[in-house]
Amino acid sequence: MAIKQLTVFVENKQGALVSITETLSQNNINLRALSIAETQDFGILRLIVNDEATAEKILSESGYLIKITDVVGVKIGDAPGKLTEALKVLDENKINMEYLYAFMARTEKHAYVVIRVEDNAEAEKVLEDAGFHLITEADICKL
Amino acid sequence: MAQNYYQKEIETMPVEEMKKLQSEKLVKQVKHVYENVPYYRNLMDEKGVTPDDIKGIEDLHKLPFLTKADLRDAYPYGLLAKPLEDCVRIHSTSGTTGRRVVAFYTQNDVDLWDDCCARAIVAVGGSKKDVCQVAYGYGLFTGGFGLNGGAHKVGCLTLPMSSGNTERQIQFMTDLQATILCCTPSYAAYIGESLKEQGYKPEDIPLKAGIFGAEPWTEEMRKGIEETLGIKAYDIYGLTESTGPGVAFECSEQAGMHINEDHFFAEIIDPDTGEVLPEGSKGELVFTSLDKEAFPLLRYRTRDICVLSRKKCSCGRTLVKMAKPMGRTDDMLIIRGVNVFPSQIETVLLKEGYEPNYQIIVDRVNNNDTFEVNVEMTADKFTDKVSDILSMERSLADAMKIMLGINPKVHLVAPKSIARSEGKAVRVIDKRKLI
Repeated sequence: MAIKQLTVFVENKQGALVSITETLSQNNINLRALSIAETQDFGILRLIVNDEATAEKILSESGYLIKITDVVGVKIGDAPGKLTEALKVLDENKINMEYLYAFMARTEKHAYVVIRVEDNAEAEKVLEDAGFHLITEADICKL
Repeated sequence: MAQNYYQKEIETMPVEEMKKLQSEKLVKQVKHVYENVPYYRNLMDEKGVTPDDIKGIEDLHKLPFLTKADLRDAYPYGLLAKPLEDCVRIHSTSGTTGRRVVAFYTQNDVDLWDDCCARAIVAVGGSKKDVCQVAYGYGLFTGGFGLNGGAHKVGCLTLPMSSGNTERQIQFMTDLQATILCCTPSYAAYIGESLKEQGYKPEDIPLKAGIFGAEPWTEEMRKGIEETLGIKAYDIYGLTESTGPGVAFECSEQAGMHINEDHFFAEIIDPDTGEVLPEGSKGELVFTSLDKEAFPLLRYRTRDICVLSRKKCSCGRTLVKMAKPMGRTDDMLIIRGVNVFPSQIETVLLKEGYEPNYQIIVDRVNNNDTFEVNVEMTADKFTDKVSDILSMERSLADAMKIMLGINPKVHLVAPKSIARSEGKAVRVIDKRKLI
């Protein structure tokens, strides 16, 4: 069920990010969502793309450090309090989140949240039980 | 300055007489080593030299060299020349690849060392009326115990402060009116800056002299320390393998260090051929202990590049002088007074599962050495969680601290991002410009 996130190690150097996005665009990879975690020394770029297998291949070949991580994708309504509802479900079930980021759907009236937890299956179960719709790789491709 | 000497007869001995004394001692020392240290006996046998071939100091060149690699191979007891029951102490310094160098001392060895440090203290004007603050680390490091022993011999009131806790250093210095400070030059500069920040003017500081060693420092640094603390700052040289600080010391002339050559005979050799070079030549400094009991090292290659001089010194001492070391023939760094070999970093990385691809960056900021190590992240260790990567950096720093004794700041960087020149990685960037 989980969706695939592409994680890239980015050096804290001028132009590091640009060269990654440029490499992706030259290979026709479309970004669906992204987030960057940064420290003084380095950044970790997290991407949801339309074709992660190709993206992984071309970035690896360009010398980047890549890791594919399974993350949970949840569809939530585009209204105040909707994210809180989802987070409460995880909280009540004592599921610890490492990080999350969100993006808006282009046409439909809702948002997507990407959540990184230790146990994807458990998080997905409690969210589904609470009535949330999870997104799949197939959904991502259609976006 | 009126000259005082701790052991005048030795320190001002005519050169010919000194040579005779050295020769007598060397003959005995070589016998002692040959009979008690199988490791060195083998080296002599291989070279076809017997103790009978060594009739005086002029025969020294016949003996084989010892290197840091020998100390590593012989660790821990292979170069010990006395039964352990006759030894009273050890000191230790880091070795090239993680195995530490352990030096042993009998009570006589400690006394001899203390005498050397006492000579250094008296040479800077110290006497039993002085209060000597020893802010070198006490422990395996030789700095603290060495100067402590010397200060006792001179009869100074000794403040065994050890390093660190600058507030307390300043409190004792001012409350107990310390007159001589012994520590690394960078720590002296730091104490000076702290005193200045607290509003002390040089004339309010009770100190009159400082003995600063264990790391390279420049004339500019000397001037800076002298001005902030209102003192005369003197250099001191030593190495754990020989004994510790006090192998050589500066006098009132502040130009080169007198070698305590009645205990440690110095040669300058061509580092490539091993050939002994004449006085005044630049080359590698080699020490031979002349009367050590537990850990006598014959022809130990220090890897320090140096020049010796017998030019007459205004202080009256006839002991040969060595210049401040001008570099190394190996890649050893001295960071915060601690010996660091790049190979030690490599050992840690391999043990921890990283590529042995790294870069050491050393700088001096506000008179303190900064020590950073860049390490390339590996594909199998890379994760999407920042906290994991930060904890990898921390545990690498911890492993390096265990190996080296000092804490680096570790940065994980992208693979293949460490600069290589002509296909060879630049392992060390030393921005301190100390030489």
